[in-house]
Amino acid sequence: MSSNMSTTRRDFLKGSAAGALVIGFTLPLSSRFAQAAAAASGAAAGFAPNAFLRIAPDGQVTVICGLSEMGQGVHMGIASLVAEELDADWKSVEVEQAPADKAYNNPLFGMQATGGSTAIRGHYEPMRKAGAAAREMLVAAAAAQWGVDAASCRTQDGRVTGPDGKSAGYGELVAAAAKLPVPQNPTLKDAKDFRILGKGLHTRIDTPAKVNGSAGFGIDVKLPGLLTAVMVHAPVPGAKIVSVDDAAAKAIPGVKQVVQIPQGVAVLADTYWTALKGRDALVVKWDEGALGSLSSAGISKLLTEATNKPGAVARNEGDANVAVAKTIEAVYEAPYLAHACMEPMNCTVWVRAGEAEVWAPTQSPGPNQGMVAQLTGLPPEKVQVHTTYLGGGFGRRFAPDFVIAATLISKAAGAPVKLVYTREDDMRAWFYRPASVTRFTAGLDAAGNPVSLTARVASPALSVAAGFTKELPKGIDEFAIEGISDMLYAFPNLRVEYARAEPGIPFWFWRSVGHSQNVYFIEAFIDEVAAAAGKDPVAFRRSLLAKQPRMRGVLDLAAEKAGWGTPLPQGMHRGVALTNCFGSFVGQVAEVSMDAGGKPRVHRIVAAVDCGRIVNPDIIHRQIEGAVVYGLSAALHEKITFKDGRVEQSNFDDYPMLRMDEMPRVEVHIVSSTEAPGGIGEPGLPPATPAVINAIFAATGKRIRTLPIQ
Amino acid sequence: MISFSLNGKTVQLSATPDTPLLWALRDDLGYTGTKFGCGIATCGACTVHVDGKPVRACVTTIESVAGKQVTTIEAMDSDRIGQALQAAWIRNDVPQCGYCQSGQIMSAAALLARNPKPSDTDIDAAMRRNLCRCGTYNRIRAAIKDAAATLGA
Repeated sequence: MSSNMSTTRRDFLKGSAAGALVIGFTLPLSSRFAQAAAAASGAAAGFAPNAFLRIAPDGQVTVICGLSEMGQGVHMGIASLVAEELDADWKSVEVEQAPADKAYNNPLFGMQATGGSTAIRGHYEPMRKAGAAAREMLVAAAAAQWGVDAASCRTQDGRVTGPDGKSAGYGELVAAAAKLPVPQNPTLKDAKDFRILGKGLHTRIDTPAKVNGSAGFGIDVKLPGLLTAVMVHAPVPGAKIVSVDDAAAKAIPGVKQVVQIPQGVAVLADTYWTALKGRDALVVKWDEGALGSLSSAGISKLLTEATNKPGAVARNEGDANVAVAKTIEAVYEAPYLAHACMEPMNCTVWVRAGEAEVWAPTQSPGPNQGMVAQLTGLPPEKVQVHTTYLGGGFGRRFAPDFVIAATLISKAAGAPVKLVYTREDDMRAWFYRPASVTRFTAGLDAAGNPVSLTARVASPALSVAAGFTKELPKGIDEFAIEGISDMLYAFPNLRVEYARAEPGIPFWFWRSVGHSQNVYFIEAFIDEVAAAAGKDPVAFRRSLLAKQPRMRGVLDLAAEKAGWGTPLPQGMHRGVALTNCFGSFVGQVAEVSMDAGGKPRVHRIVAAVDCGRIVNPDIIHRQIEGAVVYGLSAALHEKITFKDGRVEQSNFDDYPMLRMDEMPRVEVHIVSSTEAPGGIGEPGLPPATPAVINAIFAATGKRIRTLPIQ
Repeated sequence: MISFSLNGKTVQLSATPDTPLLWALRDDLGYTGTKFGCGIATCGACTVHVDGKPVRACVTTIESVAGKQVTTIEAMDSDRIGQALQAAWIRNDVPQCGYCQSGQIMSAAALLARNPKPSDTDIDAAMRRNLCRCGTYNRIRAAIKDAAATLGA
């Protein structure tokens, strides 16, 4: 990952307007929409905009968040970083969603987008600096008014207190503070002085709106004259429209327009129900193209055969072909998976003369802005993007398909249009976690010590599919091998190869990306090697992690809290698995029993997490719990399959997901750490599957090398 | 014209009788707290009450609710059980993305109305029809028990 936020650009720059306190890292003068949006809400109170925070004369603190809230708690996280250093009164803090604007580029992406568990990692320091700079200006303003030394003033709960007990609320000081220079390098607090970070004292800032139906998701957007569009999508990727018969659709009362775009045919009506009826009445003939004969069996064969030949070498230490006393071999396979966000994909676009407006539940408002500009021929600054709440993201909402289609439909229709995917459209939109096959060979010496490990990963290249690169550097796709190529186990002889295999169908980022399947592969296989060596799974891992204190730390903590090695009730079995990804370390122990029919029942997951400095322990707990569910659901139930070029699944009846009655207890234990904060949205997912698989082995002696389990 | 009671007020609709209650609520009446998830009664995101019983609004036609009492998430602010659930949801910080939570709370409200002290098995049976992709199930369970405790106090 590269950062576009060089030290020079990190300098604080001050914009100014009458009576305004303005803090930003990148000059917001070009940020027309940031200014307009902030001015709209701040002008009435006589205060002007800034990039990341705004303080009103009544003391209200508004944190402006450029990251998308998709359930991970980013509004809370960003606000707490700013509020901590500002010494704000938490009760006076609110969060406003930023418009698409370069001022809000994610420092780890160089664009305004949310994903890769980057929110806290990328913003831990910048957002604290935003708060600290504001605090220093408020203190300086108070000190000047009172004729005292700024160093003698203290701040707490939105007030400055002077040495003689004089006190002023932040709201009273903003006008004076706004006239002062912005500190270039504000002093950040020592972590021991934190009042908010690491404490988890408060309800998430977005919770109240999410319990009474008032939270605004993309699908809830209302506009005067808004038409709802439902589409016939291409049945097979790359299929082209041959003919459209829309006579029956147009005959349905309430159908306003039928619009053809390259992606399909949309029926527009005042309501979803009418548009859906119209859509279902369309007769569209397609030229299916090359993928019309695609099948899951063919994909599996393609990937498996790719592991029979040498691939590009991603990691090579010692000699993996060294002579050994005992060899263990296994081939693991993972299926295509859907994200299945609860809110189906949707987007509202209004292309008008000379400008366009977008309301989207999107993870990538920045790229969306450029995309809409391209499609409409408008300059980017004439395209406003409003990010709504996201009804789940998981990587799916990083994709632009729903924004592109809605833009083309609005442009053609000359009206504001809300495009809504049916659940079936959503399930069949061809943005899947790719299938993958890995062939492992491990060698033990005569004493059962691990000597060598070879892994050959066959999978399509996501860095190419996502458009990050056209040519793979050294033939390696990092997404395909992450979780295996960067394993921390110290095999003296280690070789990881990538055998690129392209089934030719689109695929995408899915929560925890390559780790989602690769950590299952490696952690299940390591368990096989431990068993072949006659070693306990925890002790075996421990012996290979002598120089990896953080990984060993979560292994030891998970094992201890789960009571590893202590007796379990009859029929109950344990499995363990580890991961290091997105800057964090997670160990999990699963407790599993098998029912009479041979189906596993997961009773308990004990997770140990080292994500560095803790920003919000409650959110860490929730993200780990949620990631465990997402992983278990896939392990137990989920699979997207293809036949004759079609996706065989369509809705939650044939794509089952984990429900309340299958939910295990989940315990989360957080390692106290002073390391830099790691990501937390994804690292809890990868170990859940192998921990369960390894517990099933303990119960049955059977290795599960393909998913789903049931 | 089809008429029914929505959160205590009579509403009249000129939409076609086969229109699902979900889309009548959202598109014709502007009540967007009730969510669309699947359209085939498998996810529970659209759960509302009809004469006090939980139903999936996506497969319930407006014709079938004519003359009946329809209650949505928007009425839970002024409902004794609804208030207790919302408070418990906030205390337990249940939602993540929040999209399924209207339906979860409506299912939970129907459960507590007929069973003030549900066991874990009762909760499983009542709530297994509501999907949550963010995985808030354990928090939902805790919040239902929490709400039951406050209502019983």
